[in-house]
Amino acid sequence: MHLLEVKNLHVEVDGKKILNGLELSVGKGSVHAIMGPNGSGKSTLAHVLAGKQDYVVTQGEVLLDGDDILALDPDERASRGLFLAFQYPLEIPGVATMTFLRTAINAQRKRRGEPEHSTPDILKRVRAVAGKLGIDQEMLRRGVNVGFSGGEKKRNEILQMAVLEPRLCVLDETDSGLDIDALKVVANGVNRLRAPERGFVVITHYQRLLNYIVPDVVHVLSKGRIVRTGGKELALELEASGYAQYQDAAA
Amino acid sequence: MPAVQETVEKVRLIDVDQYKYGFVTDIESEKAPKGLSEDVVRFISAKKNEPEWMLRWRLDAYRRWLTMRAPTWSRVHYGPIDYQDIYYYAAPKKKTGPKSLDEIDPEILKTYEKLGIPLREREVLLGVQKPAEEGASAYNRVAVDAVFDSVSVATTFKEELAKAGVLFMPVSEALQKHPELVKKYLGTVVPISDNFFATLNSAVFSDGSFVYVPPGVRCPMELSTYFRINERNTGQFERTLIIADKGSYVSYLEGCTAPSRDENQLHAAVVELVALDDAEIKYSTIQNWYPGDQQGRGGVYNFVTKRGDCRGASSKISWTQLETGSAITWKYPSCILRGDNSRGEFYSIAISNGHQQVDSGTKMLHLGKNTTSRIISKGIAAGHSQNTYRGLVTCHRRAKGARNFTNCDSLLIGDKCGAHTTPYIETKNSSTVFEHEATTSKISEDTLFYCMQRGLSAEDAVALVVNGFVKDVLQQLPMEFAVEAQKLISISLEGSVG
Repeated sequence: MHLLEVKNLHVEVDGKKILNGLELSVGKGSVHAIMGPNGSGKSTLAHVLAGKQDYVVTQGEVLLDGDDILALDPDERASRGLFLAFQYPLEIPGVATMTFLRTAINAQRKRRGEPEHSTPDILKRVRAVAGKLGIDQEMLRRGVNVGFSGGEKKRNEILQMAVLEPRLCVLDETDSGLDIDALKVVANGVNRLRAPERGFVVITHYQRLLNYIVPDVVHVLSKGRIVRTGGKELALELEASGYAQYQDAAA
Repeated sequence: MPAVQETVEKVRLIDVDQYKYGFVTDIESEKAPKGLSEDVVRFISAKKNEPEWMLRWRLDAYRRWLTMRAPTWSRVHYGPIDYQDIYYYAAPKKKTGPKSLDEIDPEILKTYEKLGIPLREREVLLGVQKPAEEGASAYNRVAVDAVFDSVSVATTFKEELAKAGVLFMPVSEALQKHPELVKKYLGTVVPISDNFFATLNSAVFSDGSFVYVPPGVRCPMELSTYFRINERNTGQFERTLIIADKGSYVSYLEGCTAPSRDENQLHAAVVELVALDDAEIKYSTIQNWYPGDQQGRGGVYNFVTKRGDCRGASSKISWTQLETGSAITWKYPSCILRGDNSRGEFYSIAISNGHQQVDSGTKMLHLGKNTTSRIISKGIAAGHSQNTYRGLVTCHRRAKGARNFTNCDSLLIGDKCGAHTTPYIETKNSSTVFEHEATTSKISEDTLFYCMQRGLSAEDAVALVVNGFVKDVLQQLPMEFAVEAQKLISISLEGSVG
């Protein structure tokens, strides 16, 4: 069974069709990159997978471990192991990152019927992971993403991903706004999480990120559909030739 | 920090659709005849065995009140109140004043137990108190004065406080035992004719707490009063008077609840604080009167006058309030910064949900030299509620070097509520530095989605965001009550999303 299976997905926002019969299967242990021009539906896919409101699914299915998750609230999907690294992480003033993570971990565990982790255990774990990602302990005490630079926000997303140990990680343009050093840190964080049980959907506009997170499969998304699928070399080809041909092809 | 988690858990355990404290205790009570007249004022005074001067004081207030009108400048709306349809005095029936907890109607004790109020002297009386609580700070213990309808039913830790020289007792008892202190300070901060509701209170107040901390004494524990309105159609008019003599310190907390009733109940309290040279008073309130039902029926009218007088040089008065209850809140805990170098503080969290109306804020009156004040106000509006911050900061022409910092933040949940900020700032001295910051924000769908994507339910997400929003103020509450406060915040916001 595939970890994630998206079948004939049609999605509208404010009456406008964004996804038009998208098909995607992600197996355990594999990294799928989804590339495409602006407006092709990349971020819509990420948000629909995570269950954001305002996206109307008119047709199709999204299966996680074989179960249709489209009727589930975002928090239930999260508890089933779906994680979305946001393109624009939100700020939560007054709530320390550590508190946020502890609340999230135990909310998920509770819903799964698992015993909660003690605060000292969580502190230890979060600190250890933060250390590996080069995240200052001081940052963990500050309000979630408040006053963080673009790079710090993205690192914080990866920290949360690492600590929550999801089974399906969706990264929505995690490379946007990052300089090359920050990009490497983030990519290393992701690579460290690669595991036989875990799948990744890496959404990006640029090939650059894929130099550091090497994908198993690359898809090209255009006008709400996957128009081409290939290996990692497809990304390089796109870098050279651009998206123009696919926009025509889909039209 | 762990309290956020605890909040979330505790809320789950609580029946969310019900005001938790909405039960009624079935006890016999003794009431004054309904309505207000000179006879009723005399009745109350006689019940309390008050000295002649006190009766004259009350009658003076009553006569002035007859000539006054209720204020209309605040942003709250309610129908006319029939002041003749209220009981001004209701006391649980008993023999004479309770000498110990044993003499208190067990039904009342049960009520306070339900409310989670530690009348821990009960343990002391039974000899079960742990030996001196070594290591733990003395502030783990809280002395409680419990006021049921119109009378104080129990005051705990009295003897231990007496050892430190601290007087903590019902005002009615203070009038018997220390009339000279009451006479010296009563009405000196909130005069008889201050405003419509304060004047009404002056005429009919039945009980409340009295605290006197002698010079140089640091009160060895938190003092606390719990107010409970039980009787139907009963107004509660308590009067609290706290005096911190030179160089002393006291921290005082009040909590309030009332049963769920379809009709509105009137609560018109007066609190007066006096801080002499170098003294400090920290006054915290957790106000959780019944807010009315989902349609806006019933609920307490909380029309309260609270004022502190920094009478001595370098004195300090700090107000912290968490306002979650009441159908209508009209209160402005204020500081008169009379002594040179004195300091006033106001930290407020005002949460309104359903059809609640809040008009609350503070006044900082800078009269002395180099006086400073700080105002941090966090208003949270949800449901169909209206939440107004109203503040006044003034500086007298001789008050050189006065400073104020004000920060008013409003948070909106949903699109049917309103948040309003009405600050008045006046200075007559050119050396004044007054700063004012204000923000209004909304809990966005995106923020909720972000939290939910990490596994939090919608309500947990709102509670987390709100707890973050009010963190600066929560930190000002005494530790013992911070967790309780967080819990209350979450409960008050039940049903505000989804």
